[in-house]
Amino acid sequence: MLTETEMKQKIRDFIAETFLIGDEQDSFENTDSFMATGIVDSTGILEVVGFIESEYEMTVEDDEMTPSNLDSVNNLTEFVIRKTG
Amino acid sequence: MSFNKDSLRIDADDVANQLMKQLVVQVRRTLHKQGVVIGVSGGIDSTVCAALCAKALGPDRVLGVMMPETDSASESETLARLLAKKLGFKVIKEVITDGLIGLQCYEKRDEAIKSVFPEFDSSYKSKITIPSNILEKSVVNFFNLTIQKDGEEPKVKRMPPAAYLQIVAASNLKQRLRMTTLYYHAERKNYAVIGTGNKDEHMQGFFVKYGDGGADLKPIAHLFKTQVFQLAKALEIPEEILERTPTTDTYSSEQTQEEFFFGLDFYRMDMLWYAMENNVPVAEVAKVLDLTEEQVKRGCQNIQRKIIGTEYLRMPPLEIE
Repeated sequence: MLTETEMKQKIRDFIAETFLIGDEQDSFENTDSFMATGIVDSTGILEVVGFIESEYEMTVEDDEMTPSNLDSVNNLTEFVIRKTG
Repeated sequence: MSFNKDSLRIDADDVANQLMKQLVVQVRRTLHKQGVVIGVSGGIDSTVCAALCAKALGPDRVLGVMMPETDSASESETLARLLAKKLGFKVIKEVITDGLIGLQCYEKRDEAIKSVFPEFDSSYKSKITIPSNILEKSVVNFFNLTIQKDGEEPKVKRMPPAAYLQIVAASNLKQRLRMTTLYYHAERKNYAVIGTGNKDEHMQGFFVKYGDGGADLKPIAHLFKTQVFQLAKALEIPEEILERTPTTDTYSSEQTQEEFFFGLDFYRMDMLWYAMENNVPVAEVAKVLDLTEEQVKRGCQNIQRKIIGTEYLRMPPLEIE
């Protein structure tokens, strides 16, 4: 079982490796809104959902597709913990 | 300036006259062309553009091109012919199905659909939709795939990104082949290609780059859809066209633009957008539209997100110095 810190790092690594290139990979905060900062677009959010569903063996329901659950590293981590904890 | 239910009202006769003057100037003096080619679908936007061009340049300088393919509604051709007859311009039909088969449009689209619904075959119709509750809840835009057989309940699933991207990429071949067809006719006649997108489509990115977005002149790209309807009435567009629900005419199952892309009816979307552009206080907007302040904020955020997220579609190719 991953600790919250380890889970956050894993999600952060996925975001950085999937969507960012080079120096950009270290240039965002865990609180940054993916969509407001342009790190991830609406199609990218679907990839993020696919990642957490397969990585944490969970299903994201349609009514859970909200910015408060998905739109930052911190929001994602808290959401996964709530769903799997 | 007060914000009220009529804030989107325009002096349609005056706007039409100004647009017609500009059309002549742009086609002749800027583009140095002898006329225009327009893809006519029987929808309100292409209809208004065709009417403006026919009145401004004369019907002899307008060529309408219908470009149906296997998923097009038959109603589209009937309405396009009705319009051409009324306005007196020539219309020709170019069926693009064989070209799309050559590009493997349907094959690639169906392959992606089957990755979501393995049982999918030609007995089903399909469409893509987005959640339509954007005022009720702040949602991340995602896309559902719906397949349906005649007389059966639809099957709906949220699409994984790979399937979504492949279905859209394959379907966009339709708009790109239409653009290619329009430029064939434009070049053989030394005409300009008219883009028929309105402001809702142009600014929120509801068009295909180098597809229906590929044109020489876009006469109504600054007008909200609700204002295009006002122009249509001023231009005496046939009632059958005015009453038609705006559709994408891209997917085999009937699909409105609201359920595919905008997630909100045109009146409220345009009013929210107008209010946002004119810095109308949220409380005032909520009162006029009979919404809560939270709903107003969610609607505006959704529009803003689409404008920002589709900026690249409106960019010309970038050059690196």
